[in-house]
Amino acid sequence: MNIIQQYEAEEIARLTAIRAVPEFIPGDTLRVAVKVVEGERTRVQNFEGVCIARSNKGLSSNFTVRKISYGEGVERVFPLYAPTIAEIAVVRRGDVRRAKLYYLRGRSGKSARIAERARDVVVPTSGEPAAAE
Amino acid sequence: MRTGLLAKKLGMTRIFKDDGTHVPVTVLHVDNVQVVAARTEEKDGYTAVQIGYGKAKVKNVSQPNKGHYAKAKVEPKAKLVEFRVDADAILEPGATLSAAHFVAGQIVDISGTTKGKGFAGAMKRWNFSGLEASHGVSISHRSHGSTGNRQDPGKTFKNKKMAGHLGQERITTQNLVVAAVDAAKGLLMIKGAVPGAKGGYVLVRDAVKRARPAEAPFPAGLVETAS
Repeated sequence: MNIIQQYEAEEIARLTAIRAVPEFIPGDTLRVAVKVVEGERTRVQNFEGVCIARSNKGLSSNFTVRKISYGEGVERVFPLYAPTIAEIAVVRRGDVRRAKLYYLRGRSGKSARIAERARDVVVPTSGEPAAAE
Repeated sequence: MRTGLLAKKLGMTRIFKDDGTHVPVTVLHVDNVQVVAARTEEKDGYTAVQIGYGKAKVKNVSQPNKGHYAKAKVEPKAKLVEFRVDADAILEPGATLSAAHFVAGQIVDISGTTKGKGFAGAMKRWNFSGLEASHGVSISHRSHGSTGNRQDPGKTFKNKKMAGHLGQERITTQNLVVAAVDAAKGLLMIKGAVPGAKGGYVLVRDAVKRARPAEAPFPAGLVETAS
């Protein structure tokens, strides 16, 4: 493990001790609680949608959540270990056969649905250590 | 003016701060950086310190250099550089410099050798806009266009910006911010990008355009050794 990987592993350990990262993959529906600063006070705002992409690159890992807000598609990219996220909750497990669900952008309504996956059958847990986090 | 540090660029990562922001940083490694020689006014006509980074295999060190290292009683170094310093900032040969030479929040200048880009066209090398995509332009969409006037002056002026070799030159990036210092591991975290490729050597010194912070150690941040 080189020095940067070591630093990132320590940082990931420190940040996940504060806020755990659940196991999820693209296709899952997530509820991301984001800390929003409004002047003096902070409050928590939920962003709920389908995870359409995940990028696993150590400390810089991120994931993309897409939702339909008032008929308009909204996507947000979150750093996986960001302290600005109060909680990541997995609402629903989706059954998909792609790593990146960008095809959902061109779809709406019935065709944009994702089937629910039978719980915890083929979750790729023991693979890349970065992916397992 | 105090000495700078010789460091190796390891790559980039980020720092998550407690307030929720995150800083992109370049990680520099200060590994076994020692003073190898000192230049003095009486002997050399100028004042400077020569410092070396890391260690070199003894079998790859030339006989004259072995003597040079032996004089300072240091292990052979992978890389040597000289920093001009004021007379009161000269260091003893053999002293080991620490990453704590710099403090977090300090502004520094960093010199390094940029990545070589080979023979580059005028668009990449000088940000020329090239020729049009259509309107009769054929084959030469990325060319530089005209290089001068007509019979008078009848020549292309010297230093005209044209295609040629780009990169692999010494560059100093000024006013970079030290985001964090880890003296125990010998790491300097610099906000933003630093010239050069991973594994390249860079020279870190106090910014010439900013005052040195009072908490930065003078004449240098040294590693306390038992000897």
